[in-house]
Amino acid sequence: MKFSESWLRTLVDTQLSSEELSHLLTMAGLEVEGLEPVAPQFNDVVVAQVLEVVKHPDADRLNVCKVDTGRGEPTTIVCGAPNVAVGLRVPCALPGAKLPGDFVIKIAEVRGIESSGMLCSAKELGIAEEASGLLILPFDAPVGQSIRQYLDLDDNQFELKLTPNRADCLSLTGVAREVAAIAGAQAELIEVPEVAATIADQRAVVLDAPVACPLYFGRVLKRVNAKAPTPEWMRRRLERSGIRSISALVDVTNYVMLELGQPLHAFDNTKLEGAVHARMAKPDEKLLLLNEQTINIDADILVIADDVKPLAMAGIMGGEESGITLETSELFLESAFFAPKAIAGRARRYGFGSDASHRFERGVDFGGAKRAIERATQLIIDICGGAAGPVTEARAEMPARKPVRLRTARACAVIGMTFSPEQIAGLFSGLGLTFVREGEDFLVTPPTWRFDIEIEEDLIEEIARLHGYDNIPAPAPRGNLKMMVQPEAQRPASRVRQLLVDRGYQEVVNFAFVEEAWEADFAAKTDEADLIRLANPIASQMAVMRSTLFGGLISNLVTNLKRKQNRVRLFETGRTFQRSAAAAPVAGFAQAWKLSGLTYGGALPDTWGSGSRKVDFFDVKGDLEALLAPVPLRFEKILHPALHPGRSARIYLGNNEIGCVGELHPEWVQKYDLPNAPVLFEVDFDAVKASGVPVYAEVSKFPAVIRDIAIVVDQNLELQALLDGLKGQLPTLIKDLQLFDIYVGKGIPENKKSLAFRIVMQDTQRTLQDSEVDAAMQQLMACLGQAFGAELRA
Amino acid sequence: MDNLDQIVSEAQSAFAAISDPDALEQVKARFLGKSGQITELLKGLGKLPPEEKKTAGAAINVAKTAVENSLNERREAIRKAALEARLAEEALDVTLPGRAEARGGLHPVTRTLERIESLFRSIGFEVADGPEIEEDFYNFTAMNTPEDHPARSMHDTFYLQNPDGSVADKVLLRTHTSPIQARYMKAHVERYGQLEKMPEIRIIAPGRVYRVDSDATHSPMFNQVEGLWVGEGVSFADLKGVIADFLKSFFETDDLVVRFRPSFFPFTEPSAEIDVAFMSGALKGRWLEIAGCGMVHPDVLRIAGIDPEKYTGFAFGFGQDRLTMLRYGVNDLRLFFEGDLRFLRQFA
Repeated sequence: MKFSESWLRTLVDTQLSSEELSHLLTMAGLEVEGLEPVAPQFNDVVVAQVLEVVKHPDADRLNVCKVDTGRGEPTTIVCGAPNVAVGLRVPCALPGAKLPGDFVIKIAEVRGIESSGMLCSAKELGIAEEASGLLILPFDAPVGQSIRQYLDLDDNQFELKLTPNRADCLSLTGVAREVAAIAGAQAELIEVPEVAATIADQRAVVLDAPVACPLYFGRVLKRVNAKAPTPEWMRRRLERSGIRSISALVDVTNYVMLELGQPLHAFDNTKLEGAVHARMAKPDEKLLLLNEQTINIDADILVIADDVKPLAMAGIMGGEESGITLETSELFLESAFFAPKAIAGRARRYGFGSDASHRFERGVDFGGAKRAIERATQLIIDICGGAAGPVTEARAEMPARKPVRLRTARACAVIGMTFSPEQIAGLFSGLGLTFVREGEDFLVTPPTWRFDIEIEEDLIEEIARLHGYDNIPAPAPRGNLKMMVQPEAQRPASRVRQLLVDRGYQEVVNFAFVEEAWEADFAAKTDEADLIRLANPIASQMAVMRSTLFGGLISNLVTNLKRKQNRVRLFETGRTFQRSAAAAPVAGFAQAWKLSGLTYGGALPDTWGSGSRKVDFFDVKGDLEALLAPVPLRFEKILHPALHPGRSARIYLGNNEIGCVGELHPEWVQKYDLPNAPVLFEVDFDAVKASGVPVYAEVSKFPAVIRDIAIVVDQNLELQALLDGLKGQLPTLIKDLQLFDIYVGKGIPENKKSLAFRIVMQDTQRTLQDSEVDAAMQQLMACLGQAFGAELRA
Repeated sequence: MDNLDQIVSEAQSAFAAISDPDALEQVKARFLGKSGQITELLKGLGKLPPEEKKTAGAAINVAKTAVENSLNERREAIRKAALEARLAEEALDVTLPGRAEARGGLHPVTRTLERIESLFRSIGFEVADGPEIEEDFYNFTAMNTPEDHPARSMHDTFYLQNPDGSVADKVLLRTHTSPIQARYMKAHVERYGQLEKMPEIRIIAPGRVYRVDSDATHSPMFNQVEGLWVGEGVSFADLKGVIADFLKSFFETDDLVVRFRPSFFPFTEPSAEIDVAFMSGALKGRWLEIAGCGMVHPDVLRIAGIDPEKYTGFAFGFGQDRLTMLRYGVNDLRLFFEGDLRFLRQFA
């Protein structure tokens, strides 16, 4: 909502400066988004009349003018403007004037002729972007008067960003009322006398949809001159409110809307047949609107119609055919109340909005509709002439204004400070709220212009707001102290993230909606029934919800490779989305938190002594093991759409599968144009928070015995299978068994490999005898031989 | 006994000429070995008459000691020289870079999140979480948003599609973290509702939220953190106190001003926008909008099953991204979601 400060000041008398006024409005909840002077600073520019224009003897394009500036003898001014002419009134900068851009006017010789000032264009005064010549003023502009005064240039344009509940402030009257309440000033709202009918013409009005339109005033005006010019003052106020002047009749309706908040509509009375109806649209009705859009009117749209046809979308936009033009001489003027629920959302559905719909869908003061039609009638007659018929009034049940109870104690408790009932009474009175006191309670009847006072809290907000949020104390928080439990067997998310950071991973955050191709490539989701598509994506590459974080990470890799980052280690935590039979928290969707990572490039940062080994499966596996340590993980081969089938594994924590790790599938390495394959992992975020509470075991005081053995087994025997096979079979003496070497080649038969283990044996009660150790080793070998055909390496 | 002096000086010059430890031991043998010159002289003592034996013996021993001293000195000198040589050889260029995994870093928004969590934990706020694909009920209805509210339109809110192509009814991407409030309050009531007095609710709920909006200052996905405190006698003044404390702690300065400005949200009443202005730095003196807040609307409490006459509360919602931008001076929101390592590494 934009408006001119000087206009506002005609409606409310306050000594506040512009800045103070701006601050006050903002702090009362009418946020001032803009406060701009309507013209830049300049001085000593007056209204002047051109008395004589003579060609400059020495310059083709210059004229020598005699000008009356209202300061005695005419002044000689050399002027280059093409539109200078005798008789015109134009702005004249006197010697000593300082124009915008620090341009100082001096008496100077122009090609041999002394020039004592400058005739100005609108651009030179800084009040227009462009100008083609002098700013021509009306012929009644008083010669000698300061142009700032004459054009009211010492004015500011305010722009308010209003919240949807404060539609009452979508008018100058509303803002003035608010300023009066918060500044303790006096509102001087305009007087609107009734305009007596001088002709008998009228048109019947029928309220066919009395809930949507319970109040309608209509009036016929005849012999109106639609071509009459809009007065300068009105044009100026409209323009400073951001509304372009169109024609006198349109300007008057807009002006009254700004002044009183009541949107009006003017029909060409000669295009109307029979009575005027406010009714819901009928099936298959069409209407050509003023914006040249032809619409099929939905059944829930309120229309203004005559006996034959729809004329307008009520409270939203008029129809082209019944609209007024410069040729119109007979009007039917409408000032009505349309219920917010009947208007809300309708204009948006058709892809447009209007000043009228903006107000009606938020609520218009139904107590002011009559005033508005009288005000508009008077202005039209003043500007365009003509004669008015009597006002037709149609009225049904108006919106209820139920009294709202406010308890003083409740207000104090919610706001957190003490108010006396007298204080509250004062604040309410200032706002123009009528109330009845019942002890310390108030029964407040909301005024017709407020649509946001329905419950006690609404009144509490008014108290807080008028008292000033700034004046409410801000005590230190207090509450009951209670310890918060962090289970020891669960690490906080921050700890998990920190572990990855310590191992060189950089966290990223990617969008949850991704390209459809990523879901196909990295999750093999191609079936429509598996995808979760957005109904209204912002772009096609953000059209489906991700079921894996891989896509985002690979895309981050591509981006960073382009930026010459050749070693990339990334992780992200975030939700992934799958259709599922789950009933909660949202039926039909699983929304698991995942932790996903990607590594690419050197196993260590590229530096002088680290060698150039590329990161591989086992590096990342090591990261995952370290992440979960001391909780052990198990890995098993997996077929995963994103990963290399021979170099990927599913990960188990206990019996639960918690994720996967592996090299990117060569097909995707090629498709995404990667020089090498990154290694990726994805695990359930909650699962990796597991840590466990330590359990004490006695430490042996007796020395450990360490023996190394090398065995030969089938080359394709997986280590995990071997370890699983030994589970429960090992002699109790053996405390630990660690693989420390793998060898294939000379000395080992074809299709076999040698595995070397370090075996640690110990007893907590005594020193081991050689014979016991030998026996344990033999038992181990027997077990390995039996289960896996293992032989001692020769 | 000129002979002895000569042997000693001969030995001294022989030792001095040698710098190899093995060669030194060989030369030593020439004087002190089994058939070395000194050893031979000692052996010859037996042939001397007893009266000469004593003086000759003493003289030889003096010479022997001199040779031995000279030998030891030389040994020590050679050992030292060898050590020096080794140390010189082993010297490193200590200015070469260290060899280790480089450290990664947290995303700046996570950094902020962790700070926010720890600040609120310190005054007894728990961290709550909720789904991002959310029911229309929790996102809007439970938050007192009318059926025809513009925020519900497909112009503002992302909706999901059914596999048959129709728009899924009542399922959307949450537009704010407020539905977590609704879910948490409901669960709290289910757990404690039968008690004479329910324990207080003090939570913050961070998370990703989604709106149909994309330009330099808007991202279709962004991060919010919601706060909620419901209990007996919780007031607007308490809200002001908590927020002021938080902002001063978060920005680690008293050099800022916080203001509360009346505003409107369907789910709070009274409502406020929170502006902050720094007294120094690049943004000095400008009011920056950073959060919306207010007293929880009685209808929101009622929908959750909480009696608004008995309990009151406040809620607030901060833009985590916005806080991060202000804290670190980042000027483009989009940088957070581009995954550019050159940007992200600055927050390591």
